[in-house]
Parts: sequence; C-alpha cells; structure tokens
Amino acid sequence: MAEIKNYTMNFGPQHPAAHGVLRLVLELDGEVVERADPHIGLLHRATEKLAEHKTFLQTLPYMDRLDYVSMMCNEHAYVMAVEKLAGIEVPIRAQYIRVMYDEITRVLNHLLWLGAVGIDLGAMTMFFYTFRDREDLVDCYEAVSGARMHAAYYRPGGVYRDLPDSMPQYQASKIHNAAAVKQMNESRQGGLLDFLEDFTNRFPKHIDEFETLLTDNRIWKQRTVGIGVVSPERAMALGFTGPMLRGSGIEWDLRKKQPYEVYDRIDFDIPVGVEGDCYDRYLVRIEEMRQSNRIIKQCIAWLRANPGPVMATSNKFVPPKREAMKQNMEELIHHFKLFTEGMHVPAGEVYSAVEHPKGEFGIYLVSDGANKPYRMKIRAPGFAHLSSLDEMSRGHMIADVVALIGTQDIVFGEVDR
Amino acid sequence: MTTDLKVLASKLSEVFSGKVVALEERLDELTLVVKATDLVEVFTRLRDDAGLRFEQLVDLCGVDYSAYGSDISEEGKYLQDEEVAVAYPRRFAVVYHLLSVAHNARLRVRIFAEDDGFPVLDSVTEIWSCANWYEREAFDLYGIVFIGHPDLRRLLTDYGFVGNPFRKDFPLSGHVEMRYDPVQQRVVYQPVTVEPREVTPRIVREETFGSN
Repeated sequence: MAEIKNYTMNFGPQHPAAHGVLRLVLELDGEVVERADPHIGLLHRATEKLAEHKTFLQTLPYMDRLDYVSMMCNEHAYVMAVEKLAGIEVPIRAQYIRVMYDEITRVLNHLLWLGAVGIDLGAMTMFFYTFRDREDLVDCYEAVSGARMHAAYYRPGGVYRDLPDSMPQYQASKIHNAAAVKQMNESRQGGLLDFLEDFTNRFPKHIDEFETLLTDNRIWKQRTVGIGVVSPERAMALGFTGPMLRGSGIEWDLRKKQPYEVYDRIDFDIPVGVEGDCYDRYLVRIEEMRQSNRIIKQCIAWLRANPGPVMATSNKFVPPKREAMKQNMEELIHHFKLFTEGMHVPAGEVYSAVEHPKGEFGIYLVSDGANKPYRMKIRAPGFAHLSSLDEMSRGHMIADVVALIGTQDIVFGEVDR
Repeated sequence: MTTDLKVLASKLSEVFSGKVVALEERLDELTLVVKATDLVEVFTRLRDDAGLRFEQLVDLCGVDYSAYGSDISEEGKYLQDEEVAVAYPRRFAVVYHLLSVAHNARLRVRIFAEDDGFPVLDSVTEIWSCANWYEREAFDLYGIVFIGHPDLRRLLTDYGFVGNPFRKDFPLSGHVEMRYDPVQQRVVYQPVTVEPREVTPRIVREETFGSN
C-alpha cells in the first residue's frame, strides 16, 4: 500500500493562473489544501510613500498603475478625495463623463476577468471573445486621453478635456485592403458618443454569446458550483466588497447606497447572488456588465443633450486654458505655480470610496496644508479578498484554488500597491 | 440613505461616555479618538451594539505624525518642526475605517500608540478577521506591534528586509540596493548609490495663500 505524505507546495510567483506575482505556499494532504499562505509584495512599489514625495497632480498617474485593468476607477477615488478636501465643485457634465467612463472601465475589467478566468478553468475561447469587445473600449480610452491604459484623464476639478467629435480611423495596409478598412471604419464615422452607442447596441448580444459558452456549460459548472462558498456573515467579517460581497447575497453597492457623482440620477439594478460560490460570483459579474451597458446608454443620451464645461474654474486648483496662458500674465503665473509648486490642499483628512469593479476602492488622504499629501492610504479591494484565500481554500483541491483566485479577481497592482 | 452623522455622534458619545477622547465631524465624516487601553472594548461594542453594528472593517492603516505640518527635509528625510507639530503629540497612530452595512454608516477611529519608541496596540483580529493582513501591513511598514495577533510577520517588503519603510525618517531611496554579482554568482545587497533627490520641495503655505 502506498504511503500518503503531506506536502508543502510552492505555487508561483511565476504561474499563469496566479494572475500576477502571487507566491502561494500550500500545505497539502494528498490533493486537498490544508492551509494556504499567500506571500505578496513582489510587486510592491510603495505608491503611498511615493505620493508623500510628489505633488497632488503628480500622484494622479500612479493611480492608473494600481489596478491596471480598471484604471479610471482608481483615478476617480483619488480625485474625489482631493476635491472633497479642497472643496472643488465639479461641473455636471464632467460628472456624467466620469460615470460613463467608470462603467466603461467596469466592462473592461469584467471582460478581462472573464477571459482570464476562462483560460484558468479551461475555456480558451472566452479570451478571444472578450478581447474583441475590449478593443472597442480601449479605443474609447484612447480617444479621450491618448493612452489605451494609463489614461490620467480624471483631474481634480473635472476631466482633462471634453469628448472628441471624431474617432481615429484605420488606414489601409498590407493586411487590410481598402474595402476591409472601410468596413472597420464604419462605426467610427461620428464622434466618440456615436461610436460608443454603436458598441452598446452590439454588446448585449455579445454577453449572450459569452453566456451560451459558459453559463450552462457542464464543465464550467463542475469547476465553479459549490466551490469557495462564503456565508454572508463571513463575507462581512472578511472585509469583502463589490461582486464578492454581492455574490454572497448581501445587497450592497456604493453606487446605490452612498451615491457619488450622478449615480442617484441613473436607473440601474444591483445583481445579488444566492449561494456565495464561484458560480454566483460569475453570474453577478455577467449581470453587472449588462447593467453597466444600461448606465452607459443613459449617460450617452444625457451628454448628447447637455453640452457644457468639463472642468471647474478655480485658479487655485485647475490649470488655465492654454490660449489664455499664452496671452495673459495672470494665467501664466497660475500655470507656472500649479505645475512647479503644485496645488495646496487645505489641512484635514478624508476617506473617499468608489464602487470599483472589484469592490470598494478607497483613498484615505491626510493633508497638512502642504503641496504634497502627508499620508495617503490606498484601500484596495483585492487585498482583503486575497487575505481570505486561506479560509476559502481549506478543504478544496489544488485545482479549485485556481478557480478561487480567478473569481476573487486578483490584480497585483492593487494588492501590493 | 446614510445615517445622519449628528445622530450617530450623539449615539457614540452616549454609548462610550467617558471613553471618548475626541469626536469630530468634518467634511461629512466622523472621527472618533479613543485611548489605546479601551481599544478592544470599544471595537467590540462598535461591532455588536444594535444601534451601531459596524460589521465591516474597511481599512486599517498606520500613520506616522512625526513630521506633520513641517517642510524641513534633510537628505531625503522629513524632520519634525518643533513649533508646528503640537497638534499630534504622539508619533504613531492607527486609523480604522469602519462600515455599517445595516445602518449605512461610516466611522473613522484613530488610536494613538502611547510609546513612540515601541508602539504597541491590541489586535482586532478577534473582532474582524480581515484585520489580520492589515495589521501585518502596519507592522511591516511602521513597526507597530499588535498584541494578540496570531501571525505577525512582514507582508509587503522583501524577505529579510530591515527597517520600517513608511516611517518619516526612512528615506525614499531606502538604505540598500540589490544587484547580481557575477563573481559570487548570486544576488547581493549593498548600500544605495543613488543620491536622495527632491524635484519639488515640500512647502507649507499659510491658509490664505493664492486666494486673492
């Protein structure tokens, strides 16, 4: 008879299913996990310490690099914190733009999650499907900010600039002839809002496609149903937020419960799970994409009808217009001061949180009246989720650990900061 | 909708009468300061009291107040300006952000560690499980020790790291750097060769700066 031994296994830090640089020390009894000890910090860049040595505006681009699949939501929490401390009023159009881009970001995040978790659990096709749709959305990022990922589009006081009236066009090349390019450019003839509207009309069908591939798929269900069940009470104690908390059956969404920007004017629903297992968390995220699509449509309609400023007009915090800066001494001085010394945010402390695609993303900002933050703490949802991995994975097989990491939606940029 | 802060504040001062060091409302946020000796009792009450029910610990972080309000720096370290920093006589504090899902309320609790040289606080892992990693992080970055924590190890920094990097007297460029040594054929640590450099100096202006 074979002797059964306990093993300690090292998983990662370079493992494709670890979603980044996670080192996991697993104590195993055969194939059953007895204890999981995640070692994190391999991507620790001390963003919070760096922020203490940068001006308030220079810190903003670091936010994109925290959770690098939902960039603008990170920026959102940060600019909200600065605005709250400084008492800046954001124009209503900028608020709608922010809400629209938050939802675009949510779809971007969930699409990447769906593709990646699909691959982890053996559904290779998902990746190609989701990346087709992601492409259009990163084009929307690029159209407003010039960058496909690290946008730095939200600024304290509003957004960097208004939505463009035209979309960049594909050019004919060796691979695509003129006829093919014409077809690719078909949806890009109007402005950004037209392009996005075209996307929102197509997208619900695409979600149906994802669902035909996964929702009733026997293998998918075998890998996710009943795996990593978390009761509502434990979910609260473990600090879960976002889809993880809603998957466990608690109806909690900051967009509804503590509305920021213009979420209180927008009509949408919160999906809630029943069992609290991986499958429910999957269903919650699928439904969130449909709801985000609804929100984007409402924002497009409003933004079409209501032109206006997208930046506050406070000289202390908002840089002047370029033309004015070139002609006017006063504006030149403001511009110079803002980009060398930076803005002075009044002393105080503030915690601002947004409903990030992964959960509650918060920024705790302490200012002592200087041109740099005194202390900034980033409350990352993934940090709390990953800390529960030990409890969630006990008694499960090694292969289930992959499903757990997958549905926790871990991204190391935010866990390690 | 969210609980009215005035109601919550009066509830808090009623429940914790005699224990409240400060209770401040600013920018629609409520901050409660209590003594380190009352920590476990206050937090247990905050979680379990039917009128409070803060079931979630959203965030826990250390803060080093030793350079608050000061813009004097030397070799990349910020120093205490003795005239400015009277507001925070203690150096280290731990700030807890609590959330009540039942009452839709938020609360910030700040607790100062009594001893600046060896900051110690009681652990709240028994009250909220998720405090485990947050306390490990605060221990790692600030050297705050949490009594009763089941597994107080470093979390974010490298294996074998020396020092507490988020303290204000720890320079941004650190103390050691790492490189591959071809002679020994392994990675070695050596003192940093980068000069501390500050592009934008830290400046604290008077309240009215730029308002005219």
